Amino acid sequence: MTDKPVQEEKRVFMTGNEVVAWAAVAAGADIMYGYPITPQNEVMHYWTRLAPKFDKKFLQTEDELSAGFATIGGALAGRKSFSATAGPGTTLFQEPVSMAEMMRIPMVVVVQQRGGPSTATVIYSQQEVNMVTFGGNGEGWRVVYSTATHQEVYDYTIKSFNVAWKYRFPVFLLGDGYQAKMREPVTMYNPEDRGIELVEAEATLGQEGVPGKDRPARHIRNAYSVEEELYEASMPIQEEWEKMAEEITEWEEENIEDADVVIISHGVVSRAAIAAMNRLREKGVKVGYFRPITLRPFPNQQLREVAKKCSNFLLVESALGQLARLVKDALFNIPVENFDTIYKPGVGITAEELVEHIQKTR
Amino acid sequence: MAERLAMPKSWHLESKPHKFCPGCGHGIVLKILGEVIDELEIQDRMVFGVDIGCSLLAWDFFDVDTVQTHHGRTNPVMVGLKRANPELLPIAYMGDGGGYAIGSQHLVNSAFRNEKIMAIVVNNCNYGMTGGQMSPTTLPGQKTETSPYGRDPKETGNPTLGPEMVAAIASPGAYVARATVSNTKQLKRFMKKAVENQIAGNGFSFLEVISSCPTNWRTNAKQTWAFMEEDMANYFKTGELRTPDENKEG
Ligand SMILES: Cc1ncc(C[n+]2csc(CCOP(=O)(O)OP(=O)(O)O)c2C)c(N)n1
Ligand code: SF4
Repeated sequence: MTDKPVQEEKRVFMTGNEVVAWAAVAAGADIMYGYPITPQNEVMHYWTRLAPKFDKKFLQTEDELSAGFATIGGALAGRKSFSATAGPGTTLFQEPVSMAEMMRIPMVVVVQQRGGPSTATVIYSQQEVNMVTFGGNGEGWRVVYSTATHQEVYDYTIKSFNVAWKYRFPVFLLGDGYQAKMREPVTMYNPEDRGIELVEAEATLGQEGVPGKDRPARHIRNAYSVEEELYEASMPIQEEWEKMAEEITEWEEENIEDADVVIISHGVVSRAAIAAMNRLREKGVKVGYFRPITLRPFPNQQLREVAKKCSNFLLVESALGQLARLVKDALFNIPVENFDTIYKPGVGITAEELVEHIQKTR
Repeated sequence: MAERLAMPKSWHLESKPHKFCPGCGHGIVLKILGEVIDELEIQDRMVFGVDIGCSLLAWDFFDVDTVQTHHGRTNPVMVGLKRANPELLPIAYMGDGGGYAIGSQHLVNSAFRNEKIMAIVVNNCNYGMTGGQMSPTTLPGQKTETSPYGRDPKETGNPTLGPEMVAAIASPGAYVARATVSNTKQLKRFMKKAVENQIAGNGFSFLEVISSCPTNWRTNAKQTWAFMEEDMANYFKTGELRTPDENKEG
């Protein structure tokens, strides 16, 4: 048994799901509650192989509702617990996640998007954006990281646990079937060796002492009797969520200053966007690039700054305008020169087609 | 008897008087549970999980760490707690709707897996909190808001026999019993044995308690008692259905 699962930096070649399992171990996760669904299954497969070696635990539950609520139970007991899911499983996760928002429970859920709606395909899409950002009843007090590379899968899995336990909001790590299943090189590291301090988990229920004698009993709930009581409970959460948003919002941008057209995308599609930008730049076409890394909170302000410099946009996503909705919301009231889109639900997007599209439309 | 009238020490005084309707059985179940908590001195290890339904009114009932969760999901939250910290004694508390309808798969699978948690289902033959609709345990012929002409088993099936079902699928080490608020001595014996089974870490513990809901039954005190002791008792037999040592009180 070793307390540092990843001893020193090491270059490996593995699938995204395997990366998630390793990163969760490196992040100090204690227990996974999961239910099989493609394309996230190997997160569980690898986790169950690693778990006994590092004194970690696992339970395969009867469904995703149970996985989600058991993950909440784990967090309440003061253990870093997490789950992974996709598609219809993400739908079922909305119920526990909305409870986690209200009760400030640091649950971490990895979503490897598959096609939708309903069962659809088991492979790839970007169609779970609506659901992970604003699914469930409530205000969407959650954090969503959209990763593009396996390195990011590793980095942001670790970050997800830290952000969840620091701010106590549920965190989604949003990947997709391509990232889940393909192999690519990653550098694994022990977070502390890179100066990343792991936030300590703390028990909400079952702390030391006799409740009512040595300490007050903890009574936590998410049901409120009257409207005013709910209002009073909600407003401080919203305030804290907004404060957190300022600290954790992440995005990436390139070549904005002189751009004639800016490609907006997220997740794995942004790899095609970067490649297209570079190829067109070589040909003297001034293309810029903007990518939200946090889909919730969304980098509203940062995108508005971009729009002041160039608002000839090409938005591309493997969905029918789910990212576009967040972008349009962010740009509300800002005059936009041109808002071109490529929507391909369930299908990947290549650099070649972006190059061709931009050359044709100019 | 004088002792019986006193509030259990584990009750949270600030939240009393409690919020259940007059004549409601929940208060009796929670009083017995409070006495058992006191006698077994488990206030520091117990985590009380309440469902949505009238059980949620008990979210601040005890000086015991408590979490109120979603309708039907109390079992998985307790499972998650127990698996993450086996030192805790999680007790799920829910109605027959939460336990046998929306949350039935969680109950069945917790029993199958022999989860080392305890679940209490308070069976009042209807959905109390939402205003008296038919529930899985509504009796044949019983009128509710959604069975206004009386429950017809040909249409809706027969009332769920929870403990019988759990006993049939449970593993060795499980404790399964049914009690009623109209026999508090027996209720207390079963409650205590179920909690002791948790302390011993033997396996899943399940207790159904026949309970009154005079508000939705629209019954006076006498009719309430008659409905419980005659109609319900006919269908739902009290007794132990499974014990770790297989010595059962019938
Ligand atoms: C997912 C979901 N569906 C429906 C409800 C509405 N609801 C609240 S309480 C309740 C009935 C509870 O009945 P039961 O479990 O029998 O407990 P009782 O109130 O009788 O004690 C229902 C259906 C809900 N809160 N959540
Ligand atoms: S509605 Fe019925 S179960 Fe609910 S508190 Fe009133 S009497 Fe009790």
